[in-house]
Amino acid sequence: MMADAAISRKGQLTVRLPVWRTRMILIVLLIGFLALIGRAVYLQGVNKNFLRMKGEARYSRVINLNSSRGKITDRNHEPLAISSPVESVAVNPREADISPQQMQQLAKLLGVKSDELKKKFGEERDFVYLKRQLSPETAEKILRLDISGVFLQREYRRYYPYGEETAQVLGITDLDDKGQEGIELAFNQRLAGVDGSRRVLKDRRGNIIEGVESIRTPQEGQDIVLALDRNIQYLAYRELSEAMHENRAKAGAVVVLDAKTGEVLALVNQPSYNPNNRNKNMQSGLTRNRAVTDIFEPGSTMKPFTAALAIESGRFQPDTLINTEGGKMSIGVATIHDAHASGTLTVSQVIQKSSNVGAAKMALAMSPEYMYGNLAKLGFGKVPQSGFPGEVSGRLRPYQTWQPIEQATMAYGHGISVSLLQLARAYTVFTSDGELQKVSMLKLDQPAEGVRVFSPATAQALRAMLETVVLPGGTAPRAQVQGYRVAGKTGTAHKLEAHGGYAPDRYVASFVGFAPASDPRLIIAVMLDEPSAGQYYGGTVAAPVFSRVMAGALRMLGISPDMPTQNMLLPATDAPEVREET
Amino acid sequence: MTRLNLLLMGILVVCALGVITSQHHARKLYAELQNAQEFAKQMQTEYGQLQLEQSTWAMHARIEKIAIEHLHMRVPEPGKIQMAPIPPVAKVVGEKS
Repeated sequence: MMADAAISRKGQLTVRLPVWRTRMILIVLLIGFLALIGRAVYLQGVNKNFLRMKGEARYSRVINLNSSRGKITDRNHEPLAISSPVESVAVNPREADISPQQMQQLAKLLGVKSDELKKKFGEERDFVYLKRQLSPETAEKILRLDISGVFLQREYRRYYPYGEETAQVLGITDLDDKGQEGIELAFNQRLAGVDGSRRVLKDRRGNIIEGVESIRTPQEGQDIVLALDRNIQYLAYRELSEAMHENRAKAGAVVVLDAKTGEVLALVNQPSYNPNNRNKNMQSGLTRNRAVTDIFEPGSTMKPFTAALAIESGRFQPDTLINTEGGKMSIGVATIHDAHASGTLTVSQVIQKSSNVGAAKMALAMSPEYMYGNLAKLGFGKVPQSGFPGEVSGRLRPYQTWQPIEQATMAYGHGISVSLLQLARAYTVFTSDGELQKVSMLKLDQPAEGVRVFSPATAQALRAMLETVVLPGGTAPRAQVQGYRVAGKTGTAHKLEAHGGYAPDRYVASFVGFAPASDPRLIIAVMLDEPSAGQYYGGTVAAPVFSRVMAGALRMLGISPDMPTQNMLLPATDAPEVREET
Repeated sequence: MTRLNLLLMGILVVCALGVITSQHHARKLYAELQNAQEFAKQMQTEYGQLQLEQSTWAMHARIEKIAIEHLHMRVPEPGKIQMAPIPPVAKVVGEKS
């Protein structure tokens, strides 16, 4: 239009261009603009998201933030279970390109047959694991083969430095580092980390230059501090293994509790397995924590509770005389026997000599309701709530169905079933002046409050009685510890047959005791299942284990002796063994 | 007027360059931070591995074996152990905290 004006001003060109030509150009230009606007609208509006995505894909990346599983440590923060990174080799068969020679090298490094490997490379998938959890060295060698399509993936593997000593307590994790058993399962929520992811900008060299947004914040797994003491755990395991071997027992367990707080200082089982190479020789049952998940009839280790109940009821004193009728008593059609006949015994002697008749008589002097109520208070028939998975409640039948004979046998631990942990826990009433403590797998910052079951006087009386058990004349002189006053009770119970009734020749030998008796610090419960090397009494099979573990543990914890060291009063070698049955 | 415009343009250019350098600087620092964090994580992993190694070396069973077999040591008899109880002062401190 400017041109138009200029031309007409000068008047040189009189011929006017036809109007349609200017219009035409105008229209063409307008159409061109419209097309551009349309395209712009299309790109900016309709196709915006797709284009933005494509653009971002050039520089923005979502990266995964791995989190590792928390450690499990003992009470002194010594690691018992640690996750360590390992590499897994995987392949994308669609992209894989491998020469026969490489195939052979790879098979050799992985330790598999090359036929198997070929099959994996032929699969119609995007992702196939070749082998999981390799050592970093092997992984690096594989990477150096430089086979396209083969890549490494970082994973975590759990290591247990104490192997079989802690196997059943800690449990195991699966290949994906998730808890399967034991503490690993019970505290999986706290141990497991949460993987996160984050959107970032990356430059040409792959460096992260800007964090855009956090999609999911990763959470590192928390560490768990157990109440266990690894030194006592080791000691208990060593002594139990030895005793197992010596007595050719089928299984065994030891529980060590802190007598004041109920913390579990050691918990060992036999037979055991090495959780670090789990795929070999894994028989079922090895992972079971017998001390917590298996019940047995405790036998005479129940008698102290019967005596305590009897004293608490006011009808008996430690020196009350009980006629044990020569070690035989009939109730209905059944007869209760003592392993050794005696005449009249005091309550204290009933415990020392482990007289079934004496215990039965005490039980029959109490009402079933009173007895049941207090046994339940002691935690029998209830899950101990230590936080361990698969805990059992044991068996304590309601008193309404009790027959007199059942009440009598329960007094010496038959017709009632407990787990070793339950039994050990019940003994805290004697060590903390009548209060039942909670058991705790975790280290406690502050001791939990106990529940009062007996009066302090009763607990003290029982402590004195239980001390006589390990003296000459008692059933367990072998439980003595040099330099310390110890107290405890033996148990030897016939095992139940699968079809009911008792097996005549299969026993469970047990010993539960504590030391130093003047101010108890540790409770140790030992159980051996089917000792079959000739000896099967709790006093000869289980008590020595107790003695050795106790002696070592007291020394490790630096607990002062409460006796001169010449206190060992073992009976003469030719003196008859004071045996007890049940 | 033109002068002012030129001046403003000069300032604008300087500012723009400033933004570019600071952005570049920020990115460099961020990359450094990333590397440092990666390194920290690596160290953490290594720490775990070292702990594992340490506890393997310090296994009670191993120490006991070496002490008995190589160094001919033994556990003293209880009669020869003198316990030195921690003085009660330590307890008072513990209670205060």
